[in-house]
Amino acid sequence: MYRQLCRRGVNITKQFLNIKIMNMEKTIAGKNITVNEEGYLTDFNQWDEKVGEALAEESHINLSPKHWQVLKYLQDEQKNQVALSIRRVGKSGVVDIKEFYQLFPIAPLKTATKIAGIPKPASCI
Amino acid sequence: MNENKGAIKKMMIILSKGTLENVYAAFVLANGARMEGIAAEMFFTFFGLEAVHKKKLEHLHIATVGNPAMHMPTMLGGLPGMEALATSMMKKEMEKVDMPDVLEFLDILSASGVRLWACKLAMDMFHYKKEDLYEGVEDVITVGDFYKQSEGEGVHMLFI
Repeated sequence: MYRQLCRRGVNITKQFLNIKIMNMEKTIAGKNITVNEEGYLTDFNQWDEKVGEALAEESHINLSPKHWQVLKYLQDEQKNQVALSIRRVGKSGVVDIKEFYQLFPIAPLKTATKIAGIPKPASCI
Repeated sequence: MNENKGAIKKMMIILSKGTLENVYAAFVLANGARMEGIAAEMFFTFFGLEAVHKKKLEHLHIATVGNPAMHMPTMLGGLPGMEALATSMMKKEMEKVDMPDVLEFLDILSASGVRLWACKLAMDMFHYKKEDLYEGVEDVITVGDFYKQSEGEGVHMLFI
């Protein structure tokens, strides 16, 4: 009930302010992709390793084999609909938190998911 | 405030309380900053020191007295065992939302590059030694030192 009211409130606000979620088309690694306003791919099917590399370059990251391991892990978790968090990544056995920050120094979870072509996790931890 | 469109570059979080809800609030804010690519440092003072005191950090409680949001009569909150009961109930809920316990949270903060400092005055007052504290605490410093650490553009300070 509360949720419904909230949702209705948000919809009304959106209509009132005439805000539309803006998706953008862009060409990257010779491929047309659609990203949301924060630069996250809206359709994982448009992702391939070349796109991943180009997205990494935009974040000033050179992808090493370890990076790829982490990206693959994140994609698998996303496929299994697991809610991603820093804590979970740290316990994955793929990478610990310290190394995760070394691989993706600025906002690791946000950056890594963007490169992996999956949605930005809505996690506080 | 206008430099870099007011972007936050570093959060300086002072924790002065040792109740579980305040400790978690400070930890979540520090960790959340790092997750967004913002630097973070924490200064533990007065009862906040309990959050980094090896023997105490696993026994922190939530406050059942003087906390209107508990929706519990103050008299009831004061009964023996009430704090422990409320704390264990809250810890169960925290685990459900993937919230780590205090020690694991400190490990996460350290690994994430949050710098942890202890307040010299409070350490002296409580007769704590550096060895009593969690290993991730870098040093025992004065308030002046902490202000020095806070210099720079886009630095924000938060008192809890």
